[in-house]
Amino acid sequence: MTAMPDAMFTSEPDLLFDAARDGPDGLRTEEMLINMGPQHPSTHGVLRVLLRTDGEMVVEAVPHIGYLHRCAEKIGENLQPYQFIPKTDRMDYLAAMNNNHVFSLAVERLLGVEVPERAAYIRVIMAELNRIASHLVAFGTYGLDMGAFTAVLYAFREREYILDLFEAACGARLTYSYITIGGVTFDLPERFIERLAEFLDYFEPKIDEYDRLLSYNHIFVKRTAGVGVISAEDAIAWGLTGPCLRASGVRWDLRRCLPYEIYDRFEFDIPVGRPGGGGIPRGVVVGDCWNRYFVRMQEMRESVRILRQCIAAIPAGEVRAKVPKNVRLPADEVYFEGENPRGQLGFLVVGDGSPIPWRVKARGPCFCNLSITSHVCRGVLLADVPAIIGSIDIVLGEVDR
Amino acid sequence: MTEFTAQDVIRPRWSPALRARAIRRFMLAGLIIMIGTGVAAVCLEIFGRSLSPLWLTVGIVLPSVLAFGALFVVFAITAHALLGRLLKRLAFVLFIGSLAGIVLTAWGASLLFGLVDRIVAARPDPIAQTIFGGELTTDEIVRFFAATPEDPKALEAPPALEFVAYLLWPWQFRLLRDLVLALVILGFVSVTASFAIWWERKVAGRIQSRLGPMRVGGWHGWAQGIADGLKLVQKEDIVPGRADGPVFRLAPYLVFIPVLTAFLALPFSDRWVLRDLEVGLVLVLGLLGIDVIGVILAGWASHNKWSMYGALRVAAQMVSYEIPMGMALLLPVMAAGTLRPGAIGALQSGGFHTWLAFCSPFLFAAAGVYFVASLAACKRAPFDLPEAESELTGGFHTEYSGFRWAVFFFGEYAAMFVVCGLAVLLFLGAWHSPLPASWGESLAGGSWWQRGLYALLFSGPAWFIAKTYALLFVHIWLRWTLPRIRIDQVMYACVQVMLPMTMLLLLGQMFWQLLVPPDGITARAANIVCTLAGAAIVAAFVGTAGWGYLNRRRLVGPLAVNHLPGS
Repeated sequence: MTAMPDAMFTSEPDLLFDAARDGPDGLRTEEMLINMGPQHPSTHGVLRVLLRTDGEMVVEAVPHIGYLHRCAEKIGENLQPYQFIPKTDRMDYLAAMNNNHVFSLAVERLLGVEVPERAAYIRVIMAELNRIASHLVAFGTYGLDMGAFTAVLYAFREREYILDLFEAACGARLTYSYITIGGVTFDLPERFIERLAEFLDYFEPKIDEYDRLLSYNHIFVKRTAGVGVISAEDAIAWGLTGPCLRASGVRWDLRRCLPYEIYDRFEFDIPVGRPGGGGIPRGVVVGDCWNRYFVRMQEMRESVRILRQCIAAIPAGEVRAKVPKNVRLPADEVYFEGENPRGQLGFLVVGDGSPIPWRVKARGPCFCNLSITSHVCRGVLLADVPAIIGSIDIVLGEVDR
Repeated sequence: MTEFTAQDVIRPRWSPALRARAIRRFMLAGLIIMIGTGVAAVCLEIFGRSLSPLWLTVGIVLPSVLAFGALFVVFAITAHALLGRLLKRLAFVLFIGSLAGIVLTAWGASLLFGLVDRIVAARPDPIAQTIFGGELTTDEIVRFFAATPEDPKALEAPPALEFVAYLLWPWQFRLLRDLVLALVILGFVSVTASFAIWWERKVAGRIQSRLGPMRVGGWHGWAQGIADGLKLVQKEDIVPGRADGPVFRLAPYLVFIPVLTAFLALPFSDRWVLRDLEVGLVLVLGLLGIDVIGVILAGWASHNKWSMYGALRVAAQMVSYEIPMGMALLLPVMAAGTLRPGAIGALQSGGFHTWLAFCSPFLFAAAGVYFVASLAACKRAPFDLPEAESELTGGFHTEYSGFRWAVFFFGEYAAMFVVCGLAVLLFLGAWHSPLPASWGESLAGGSWWQRGLYALLFSGPAWFIAKTYALLFVHIWLRWTLPRIRIDQVMYACVQVMLPMTMLLLLGQMFWQLLVPPDGITARAANIVCTLAGAAIVAAFVGTAGWGYLNRRRLVGPLAVNHLPGS
């Protein structure tokens, strides 16, 4: 079976044709090119991975991106910053609050705006809630990738409550545009904090349930332990951030290492990848798929801790600093990175004295994390490719922007 | 004009006036067609004597066929319009009725065949029955029923008896009997499959803390399986452009028909079997093996790389699970000393502790091994690699849709029933109830309520189907709980773990039968331990499930029950 040569999209010449060679027993065997995606159940959107396979073995995997490119950065150079906030929603659409947050922080640094205390607390609450929601999707869809169909419905059941909370706060369930330059658009609605506390009491035991259902499931561990191992050096060299980096054993979290907003006031741990033994299933190594998955599960617990501290300490007061709509951006540039659920989202905002930025550049964590796919998916089995891509947890909206 | 709501899409509300108008229009159209055809026919009758056969066909036969078709359509539409609401209300009754009807048909047929067999046996020179039947005449049947068979006057029997004789006469032909029973089996498989589809979706829903299908048919969406089937049948028939057409078309039937044929040797109860063959088990295993060829062909013929992966995976999986599965089946065969399903079943009539799985520790372990292998045989999770949705986008049936796809799934559910039925037959007491059959003997010949109690407690087909469905439930339960295994792990588990294990079990069972006297203290102790273990498993399952059901609201958490207000 031969594949259509697709020179248009392929950069590597040896991927153009199926390579034929002589097998050990004199039989002529052929490698097969196969397109995984852009329409494929486990590429989490419109990612296309070109696989060169030898039977079930994947010799090489080359991701091709760009199917969801919407010129977000260019749009940013034609809108005022507060108008660009909704565009950041559409980048990592599973963590829209965090995107709003990081972009707002970048612009605030450029303008030198101080955010009111209450607004800062609300922002942290929203960011951490959205981190939980995003990790829930990661957990559920990873179960789907592994063929366990039930996890995703449990995850979405809990995510639903978070979305209800968001809806109560800002009226939107996916693209919030709630956190904005100078604070947040509205104050929290009545009883929001009580309902949040109610949710946390409900949610925390559920994480143990997920662990029993999936994390420590023997088949699941067998499928993910020791698969797609990324060493700490590789992770740093490829620019991995977020849970993917921490799973490789690097204790690096911007909320702790370069604290922004009010994260220095909270007590929380940075979960990192651990080898098997001592509560961690045997066979697990640092930097494998299981650790990438499990770091997210632990981060949900840490987010719950942060949220509880927020509930205890949130003050009353203003929720938005006075920032005029048509503010002129100073002729300066700011690059700011914040810790998103999937890694470090960075925004470079360059002003030139006009209300519209001269340049907006986003550094998407999914884009950088995805880049290691072809490095890791070498000599793995076909079934490991969804396992690896799923454990990197990409959102194509952010990869392509 | 009432307001149009979403409910109208789900369940259209026909106003009585609208309904009456529709009926009138359809009936009018039918009437016009019929009158037109009648006029044409009369004209042809008058003028058409000299017409050629072609004109006769075009002028008379074709319009008649059309008229009959129109009449049928009008009748169907009118009936639906008039009775649709009634049918919907009675739908569940109809569903249960069709199940009961199938079982009753089989029961009635078996009674009928038994009667004919008795008549044949009562002949002075009993002849062997061939597929074309003995040479029973109606006279002989009448004489059988007459009080004194030798009396020639008996031939002047009441006409009713003669009528009965004519009714009974055809059933001496085995061909005809088999045809009827094959239809019964087809009906049973259809009902089982459509029930299993609904059941699977309901169980999946409950496991995933949602409701599952709730719309179609009214009561808990019971008609979902039928609706799914109808939807698939009416879909467009698609064969991919570069697919190998004939093979592509053949493959689904190659999956379905062998599984259907396997029912041939599956005994639902004592004598409730089409053919109680000496090699029944081998036949069933062989037919389940053919099943795989269909899948391989489907994957290969689709001209799709993902399909081909599915096909090659099913081949690899088959050579892995088939041997442990067959060897695990050898243990009960060894214990029973026969391959005849009926004989193996009859062996286990002495109550729960005489079920073969509890007779020795090796058989107990073999039951577990067989069950795991049977999951692989049905391509069910965690062995669903050939269709592995998240890896192969659908595997061997990626390119299939509509009716052919439905046939694949028909085959899958039928295969699930067969492998579970095999497990019940060989390990779990076949069609016997957990109570010893000897307890029922005094009931069987008693008064009507004693016989009723006997039917309730000891009915063979009911117990067989119930036990098989219990195992089917475990299949479904596992599918919605476990992740999928990788292909190398399947092969490792089957070839390097299960195969040596079954070999050891086989050796162990051999020595057990050689060295342990069946009435000795060791055998009895092992029997008691295994029985208790089996009972404990059943009790734990029922207990946990019951506890979970009773506490479902607490388990799912407060927020799932009391949804957040204001959202």
